[in-house]
Amino acid sequence: MRASYGATRVLHGLDFRLQEKSVTALLGANGAGKTTTLRALCGMVRAEGEIRFAGERIGGRRTEDIARLGIAHVPDGRGTFLHLTTEENLRLGAYARKDRPAVARDIERMYAYFPRLKERRRQQAGTLSGGEQQMLAVSRALMLGPKLLLLDEPSFGLAPLVVRELFGILRSVNAESGVSMLLVEQNAAMALELADHACVIETGRVVRSGSAAELKHDDAVRRAYLGY
Amino acid sequence: MEAVLLQVLAGLATGSIYASLALALVMIYQATHLVNFAQGEMAMFATYIAWSLVNAGMGYWPAFLLTVLIAFVLGVLIERVVIRPVENAPVLAVVVVFIGLLVILNSIAGWIFSYTIKSFPSPFPAALGIRYMSPHQVGALLVTLLVLALLYVFFRFTPLGLAMRAAAQNPVSSRLVGIRVGWMLALGWGLAAAVGAIAGMMVAPIVYLDPNMMAGILLYAFAAALLGGIDSPGGAVVGGLVVGVLENLLGAFVIGNELKLVVALVLIVGVLLVRPSGFFGSVQVSRV
Repeated sequence: MRASYGATRVLHGLDFRLQEKSVTALLGANGAGKTTTLRALCGMVRAEGEIRFAGERIGGRRTEDIARLGIAHVPDGRGTFLHLTTEENLRLGAYARKDRPAVARDIERMYAYFPRLKERRRQQAGTLSGGEQQMLAVSRALMLGPKLLLLDEPSFGLAPLVVRELFGILRSVNAESGVSMLLVEQNAAMALELADHACVIETGRVVRSGSAAELKHDDAVRRAYLGY
Repeated sequence: MEAVLLQVLAGLATGSIYASLALALVMIYQATHLVNFAQGEMAMFATYIAWSLVNAGMGYWPAFLLTVLIAFVLGVLIERVVIRPVENAPVLAVVVVFIGLLVILNSIAGWIFSYTIKSFPSPFPAALGIRYMSPHQVGALLVTLLVLALLYVFFRFTPLGLAMRAAAQNPVSSRLVGIRVGWMLALGWGLAAAVGAIAGMMVAPIVYLDPNMMAGILLYAFAAALLGGIDSPGGAVVGGLVVGVLENLLGAFVIGNELKLVVALVLIVGVLLVRPSGFFGSVQVSRV
């Protein structure tokens, strides 16, 4: 996969595969192309090369069609619908779904994960704190009932305790519903704890990949991203 | 006192028509952040379609419903064919497209139906009249209030209405949850055109039917939308009613009927000078 913003090439031939029902972490420094990779996967930036999802070619398809295939995205910057209420944000997450009763159940499930959202259900989402909006972004993506969840820095702006809680929830969602995840994180230690596999990218290329346990003990990775 | 009451009620009747046209303006504004100058001419054209249908022997209400449907389809088509290509064009380019649309619709109407003034029927029975209001005033008020209520329910409580609001506010996130943003915008144009058509059919018996009939009405609707806040649907409705009442009171007691349109212009300039976001609009802050 290769991708550019206008004339600026960001991804120079990135090749990786995700295993079904597993969590893959995408690690790399700022500007390595992590966010661009996620955007290319869901058609927000045009990418050359081949992107397949469950055997189907999705490269070049429109974002809304890719979402309907079951790829949910927690975008960089959270993507909150600021002028809608918390609950409307959640209902929008399930827009592409047809199973109404299950949607109502899933909304309750999100409130169980994040009780703060329930307290703010009738509030305009723009008035939520950054951390609450991050929870809302994750919940909104889960409301799609995704097969694959793309997470762009889900820990951004969250207090350490809340991050731990969020990662616990992601772990149990993965275990219970078998949602595959591709996780982009600055917090590499945290990411490797959650992930089964990991890829390290540098300036738009995969430089290392393997199981999370392997990479955790890889000296180069440890020095560059884990800081010890 | 009775004279004042008479003017207030008459003002509410015309005000409700301004309110629905103002609402059409707000709907387009929320999606495009531009004011559709052709909104009035689209309504005028739809009213001519209704007139043709009634003249061809169709009953008023079937013609009314068919016109609303045709206006909706035309609105969707206009968005798809004319507006879509300039979606990412600079503001002025889009404004020129709107003005072009205005002139084209106006000229086509004049060409097909001629510029002679025609009367347009009112469907409301005499029994609807009350002491201070004519049957048409009561009927127009009821019809527009019904339309506004339906729109409220649609946008507030249906998944499609929610998706349309979402698409107008945040297209990127909307695509990520699977909303077909392009179609939502086209639907918005269709709805705005349909609402405008109803406003046209309700106002035509009062101002009579001719290709320029909506020029004044659109000005009042602008004033209404600005007064309420150009991005606030509720504000547009309140603004419409206020403008209608104000116009009638000032016209009857202060400045005379000839200068009524000036009220709208003074309101537009006044709001832009004193409170550009209107009464209910959100204040826009942008980093430069």
